[in-house]
Amino acid sequence: MAQRPVELILARQLASGLAVPVLLVDAQGDTIFFNEPAELIFGLRFDDVDALSLEGRLEILAPLDADGRPLATERLPGIVAVRERRPAHAAFHLHGGDGVRRHVEATAIPLESAGGHVLGALVVLWTTKGAEHAGHP
Amino acid sequence: MRATIWGSRGSIASAGPDTVRYGGNTSCVELADGDGTILLLDAGTGLRRAGMHLRDSSVPIHILLTHLHMDHIQGLGFFRPLFEPGRELHVWGPPSTTLDLRARLTRYLSPPLFPVRIRDLDSIVELHDAPSGPWQIGPFTVTAASVVHPGPTLGYRVSAGGATLAYLPDHEPALGGLAGGPAWTSGHDLAAGADLLLHDAQYSDAEYAERVGWGHSSAAHAVAFAEVASVRRLALFHHDPDHDDERLDGLLAEARGIGRGVDVIAGCEDTSFELSGGG
Repeated sequence: MAQRPVELILARQLASGLAVPVLLVDAQGDTIFFNEPAELIFGLRFDDVDALSLEGRLEILAPLDADGRPLATERLPGIVAVRERRPAHAAFHLHGGDGVRRHVEATAIPLESAGGHVLGALVVLWTTKGAEHAGHP
Repeated sequence: MRATIWGSRGSIASAGPDTVRYGGNTSCVELADGDGTILLLDAGTGLRRAGMHLRDSSVPIHILLTHLHMDHIQGLGFFRPLFEPGRELHVWGPPSTTLDLRARLTRYLSPPLFPVRIRDLDSIVELHDAPSGPWQIGPFTVTAASVVHPGPTLGYRVSAGGATLAYLPDHEPALGGLAGGPAWTSGHDLAAGADLLLHDAQYSDAEYAERVGWGHSSAAHAVAFAEVASVRRLALFHHDPDHDDERLDGLLAEARGIGRGVDVIAGCEDTSFELSGGG
């Protein structure tokens, strides 16, 4: 596998040391890292999945909007950040790999290189207290 | 490809009787490959001596700056070819989204820090942002990429005649982790399989522990990085100004003791290397 841009390497290192859940996506929106706090939200261990394509992430986590409809890909904050090069925020539900449905809010910021290239996005997540439900809706 | 080290010291020049063997000039390495084109990697105080060697000729000179810290640009103002009428020079450096290379270099090459402005030089100086992909300079194929060091900083990979040299004089890959494999190791693709790697080895392990985040490596980190990148030879480079020859002998011996499959040598001023694809 080719080396990641150094900005993403440092972002991963930062995420690894934070207590807040953080997801790192590349310029295509594919998941290239999530930290241990994020593992609790996703119900997945990063070491078990390594990288996840955007499609793979949508299939596993199945994000739903407030009305229970699938969240359009273009509304996912990480996708907005890399495609529109702006910060983005959204609230939605997702199903973890552990089968638990969680209400999640996510804020994404685009990561651009000194050369002006979009490298990916850093997505900070948090769950609303008491908003976890076992099983399917 | 012939590589000549004109300066291998880091941070600040450290001339004196205790640094004679490793040298006291800051970073500057000359690359030549027979057709006359000259590449100079960085413009530390070693550039002055390189300029004495290159003066009064017409060969094209390209200076590739890794970054704009003073120990990598201070020699520019004392580089003889810059003052030769009509002499053509190209300076390449890290791109920035805020100021172009000329504006950033002018902070040094203008009063009150320096008496002569770039626009007043007799030579023809062209400044370029290093491209994001490989480019050709004469017989050299050059690749630049950002590496872990404070501020916009590049490492370089230069290939010619089947040989490859990697130059990462200011680099702290340990900050991003050295255990994540090639994909998550800063500088990996620049150094991968190189015949010679000139790499930051400023600190001992104990010194590094007190300077995490300053942008430099211990000699042990340089060896670990060289092993991840599968280079043939590692030259320890960017020596700490407080390390005299005896101290550097000790660091070199320690590095050789931990290197497995990597030939560890000293990056000494006035040393030349003939590189071919076979190592």
